[in-house]
Amino acid sequence: MATVSVPAERPGGLLRRPHATTGFWSWFTTVDHKKIGILYGITAFGFFLIGGSEALLIRVQLARPDQTFLEPAVYNELFTMHGITMVFLVVMPLSAAFFNYLLPLMIGARDVVFPRLNAFSYWAFLFAGLFIYSSWFLGGAPNGGWFGYAPNSVTDPTRGMTFYAIGLLIAGIASTVSAINLAVTILNLRAPGMTLFRMPVFVWMGLVVQLLLAFSLPVITIGLVELLFDRLFGTHFFDVAAGGSPVLWQHLFWLFGHPEVYILVLPAMGIVSEILPVFARKPLFGYQFVVFSGIAIGFIGFGVWAHHMFAVGLGPVANTAFAVSTMIIAIPTGVKIFNWLGTLWNGDLRFATPMLFSIGFIAMFVIGGLSGVTHAVVPSDYQQTDTYYIVAHFHYVLFGGAIFGLFAGIYYWWPKVFGRMLSETGGKLNFWLMLIGFNLTFGPMHVLGLQGMPRRIQSYPASLGLSFWNMVSSIGAFVIAISVLVFLVNAIASFRKPKGMEADPWDARTLEWATSSPPPDHNFEEIPVVHSLDDLWHRKYAETEGGRVVPVAAGGSGEDAAIDEHAGEHGAHGGGGHAIHMPSPSYFPLIAAAGFPVIGYGLIFGVPAVAVGLVISLAGFFGWALEPSAE
Amino acid sequence: MASLEHAVAPPVSHHAATSTGLPSLKLAMWLFLASDCLLFGALISTYVLYRGASTTGPYPSDVFDIPYTSVSSFVLLASSLTMVLALAAIQRGDVGRSRVWLLATALLGMTFLGGQVYEFTSFVREGLTLKTNVFGTSFYVLTGFHGTHVAVGVLMLLTLFTLSFAGKITQDSAMTVELVGLYWHFVDIVWIVIFTVVYLIPTNPGPGG
Amino acid sequence: MVLGLVALALVAAACAPNATQSALEPKGPYAQKSFDLFVPVFWVAVAIFVIVEGLLVLFVFRYRHRRNQTPRIPAQVHGNTRLEIAWTILPTLILAGVAVPTIATIWDLAAKPTGDVLEVNVLGHQWWWEFDYPGQQILTANELHIPTGRPVYLTLCAVGFGYGTPVPSQGGPPAPNECQTGPPDGQPPAGIGAAVIHSFWVPELAGTQDVVPDLTNHLTIQADEPGVYTGQCKEFCGLSHAYMKFRVVAHTPEDFDRWVAEQKAPASPDVSGPAEAGKQIFLQTCIACHAVAGLETANGQPVLANGGPNLTHLMSRECFRGCTLEVNEENLRRWVADPRSIEAGSFMPDYGLSADEVDQVVAFLMTLE
Repeated sequence: MATVSVPAERPGGLLRRPHATTGFWSWFTTVDHKKIGILYGITAFGFFLIGGSEALLIRVQLARPDQTFLEPAVYNELFTMHGITMVFLVVMPLSAAFFNYLLPLMIGARDVVFPRLNAFSYWAFLFAGLFIYSSWFLGGAPNGGWFGYAPNSVTDPTRGMTFYAIGLLIAGIASTVSAINLAVTILNLRAPGMTLFRMPVFVWMGLVVQLLLAFSLPVITIGLVELLFDRLFGTHFFDVAAGGSPVLWQHLFWLFGHPEVYILVLPAMGIVSEILPVFARKPLFGYQFVVFSGIAIGFIGFGVWAHHMFAVGLGPVANTAFAVSTMIIAIPTGVKIFNWLGTLWNGDLRFATPMLFSIGFIAMFVIGGLSGVTHAVVPSDYQQTDTYYIVAHFHYVLFGGAIFGLFAGIYYWWPKVFGRMLSETGGKLNFWLMLIGFNLTFGPMHVLGLQGMPRRIQSYPASLGLSFWNMVSSIGAFVIAISVLVFLVNAIASFRKPKGMEADPWDARTLEWATSSPPPDHNFEEIPVVHSLDDLWHRKYAETEGGRVVPVAAGGSGEDAAIDEHAGEHGAHGGGGHAIHMPSPSYFPLIAAAGFPVIGYGLIFGVPAVAVGLVISLAGFFGWALEPSAE
Repeated sequence: MASLEHAVAPPVSHHAATSTGLPSLKLAMWLFLASDCLLFGALISTYVLYRGASTTGPYPSDVFDIPYTSVSSFVLLASSLTMVLALAAIQRGDVGRSRVWLLATALLGMTFLGGQVYEFTSFVREGLTLKTNVFGTSFYVLTGFHGTHVAVGVLMLLTLFTLSFAGKITQDSAMTVELVGLYWHFVDIVWIVIFTVVYLIPTNPGPGG
Repeated sequence: MVLGLVALALVAAACAPNATQSALEPKGPYAQKSFDLFVPVFWVAVAIFVIVEGLLVLFVFRYRHRRNQTPRIPAQVHGNTRLEIAWTILPTLILAGVAVPTIATIWDLAAKPTGDVLEVNVLGHQWWWEFDYPGQQILTANELHIPTGRPVYLTLCAVGFGYGTPVPSQGGPPAPNECQTGPPDGQPPAGIGAAVIHSFWVPELAGTQDVVPDLTNHLTIQADEPGVYTGQCKEFCGLSHAYMKFRVVAHTPEDFDRWVAEQKAPASPDVSGPAEAGKQIFLQTCIACHAVAGLETANGQPVLANGGPNLTHLMSRECFRGCTLEVNEENLRRWVADPRSIEAGSFMPDYGLSADEVDQVVAFLMTLE
């Protein structure tokens, strides 16, 4: 749907307001949540390929004992960057892609509450990622682990950890701001009739995640500031000789870091909670309990952080308290799993690729969750901590869990976003290769850890008997790589198909399927009025007196928004003929975000750049504040 | 049937209905302030952890001038009062009065900042810098963050003051003033906590205290 | 499937002769406690795995849509409160059952051992381990010698530039059993690299405790049988973290006493020929960091430890360089000639010695028995 660029009169005539919503340049000025979601998705996937390559290099180095393919300096950079990339530049933004695209649609809104702020978050994230990666060419990448423990992260003589601190600060600003944006959107922009307990589980998980972000990010912000100041300005936050405490860093980091892992996995859990009912043809079992479990996990998640510090020497009181709280958090997690099983029970299960990945999620997450419970047994954790047993655990929950869930979502919502299906054959091949490769890679790591292989070591000797399973693990990594290639081929091939997808190809339950595929810029011709949970399903199906579920006769209720297959073909007009004013595109979010990496380079290379960056950002913010949101 | 339209700046008083009934900007500001609480919480926790841990001086009792800081705290407190008056004025539609109180708030804020600058330069002269010891480190970063927040607030107040001459601040757009007011009061409350924890609660000088 | 693989591998591991750093082969009571907790919890986890994954597989097969079946929309069941309560309470009970022995063992392991306890200070440097026996006045590196059947109470200290340590015993006053903070007055810095966090891990004898610069952590280990138990640093500590290894050598009590006596004796190296020249080079360069008890400088001063490993009885050890190299002439020569070719980022300077000078130094080192 093309729009015409209309020159706008501006006081001072600085920058002509962009108006195009299609075309290459429109991507730089878009404030449309759907386009921003796609930007997040593509960028995150790009980083996924890079982070995965880093992992492959690591696995090549570790395939055999005593190898010198990668020397320690480079190896330390690679495992650090792999962790930073996967956590901050892949899983978080990939989840953000889904939240951005789907949350307004699922709640029956036209966009998020602050569209330019939304764009700003994306650009700040992109610049943060590019900034961190530029370090490879500017004196060395971060090399102190993604967890950056002080004093090592302070005393390391290369520049990498300074890039780490600044880059993550910029990314943190992006995420904090986005969290506020999406939380207010969920709370305030729901369609009429959509009470909180008629929201899809994915939206609930979205709300919990945004609140987790808003409250955990400030803590690591301070930690990173303290690290940065120690490195750049000679402060003594983590300087033991001056009375500083390296353990303070760990507390600040993990106070963020633990809620972070729920930030990483709850979106995928939300996705699975949407997909299972659709492909089982029955509602999510125990909706309220799944929602409450998510909320409980969010709360308790702030009370378990020192289980990452059992061996630090906090004392038996602290270790006892955190062992107990960690065991407690297993309970709501289990409740979710059982409710997913309940959803499958007595269903009419169809194993399209989204369903395969969702079932794979459950299977793999159970393993990761169980190994997690074994970590809570503190004296046993004294052996497990900092070994490959832990690496196995978190990859089972973050790859077998979060990534599988996100892939499920990719296959499920691809037709909605792009108007075409991904190939089922390709999808099944992708799934099985990924499942097999994943288990080959990370299953043996349980054994390796217990047999004495610590984490973060550039090599190991042949005498320790670790060689066989390391080789298996490395082979598995390449199988994963092939499965990702299969996906890429599938994705690219899908664009060869003609665009033309029905609104609701999966016979689904939530509101995003009530509008065309892809949706029009304004999402819905008419904002739907919501009468129940799974409102779309209830428009399509009704229960007879005998308890049987039958399709509602076509063309049923009049005014309510039925599936509008042709929504995209109407102009930007509402059903009643009145125009829908969407927020206008803008340059200023990009400009405001662009100042931040410049400030970052200035902190490393020279103060003038700091001033330049500040000017750029302030100009962006002022321009943004003074321009109307729509013209 | 609600057709949700977005507010256009300057914000219009008759907002589209929101699901919670709270205007979105206000909800966002509250959420931001809640998040900011944790920011200051982490900084204050750092300061408290390092209380008495400095291995060399100067120590707090060597440099603090409580009467002086009490005066500047009072100045900041007074600015909250003028902020309240500014909001009350604009809600009545009295742009002129509101403008005066906004300026007063900004001036009091700048006075506070000036007082901080003077205080810190005197500390530096007495030998306390960022790099001197953990006291200097944790003190300056905590108060520096707070001061930056005050400065941003002053910037916003002066912006409102300037916009009011262009007719952009009206009774209908009182919420903008209210939002800045919320932020300003938050910054003030944080200062009360800092003043109490850092200045008023005494620290034993010397290492390992 | 995976846990089956793991279980299989664990059984295999228990029989593997090569697995010398395995947490699954406890060789002393403290490692045994961790193991005795792990095994039952592991089997509980396996049971839950079998049930949950089993149900998953069962449902996937039982409820799959079959092509010849008429399409049906199943009963739209929304939940079952009783089930929710059951599957909340049951896991709680299981976890409570796991929690009780867990907490008991946490406190058990935290308690200082009583009885005939050997006390050793473990000093973590970048990137090697130093062992200080305050009671025996011995200072050694890379190998921790202990007697069997006695608890060994370790005090763990991180060492680095500007950050003090317990003053080493050999050639100096007895070390206090606490990690000092700040540089000891009047003493030179005892560490060359940075004081960072390490972790002392010898899995066959105990779980880890971290070695943290501003904390005084303790760990108790004990070996039942004589033997060599390998370990390494577990907490990422910088460039050569992977090469910060050590061995625990457990002796019978009599053999241990003999070892102590040998270590306490100062070096009286029989120097002649190239070793004499090597000794002169040593006294000009190496004593900047390395100590040799019984050696005197030209001024008659004792050679005290100053950041590098104590070399008094170097040849009595089997490994050096973070216990990654066997002590032999060839390895010593490679190391002295170019430390950074062996250890990335090594803090041992390259003094640019000629090949002859290297030979002389190595000849001297080989007299340090």
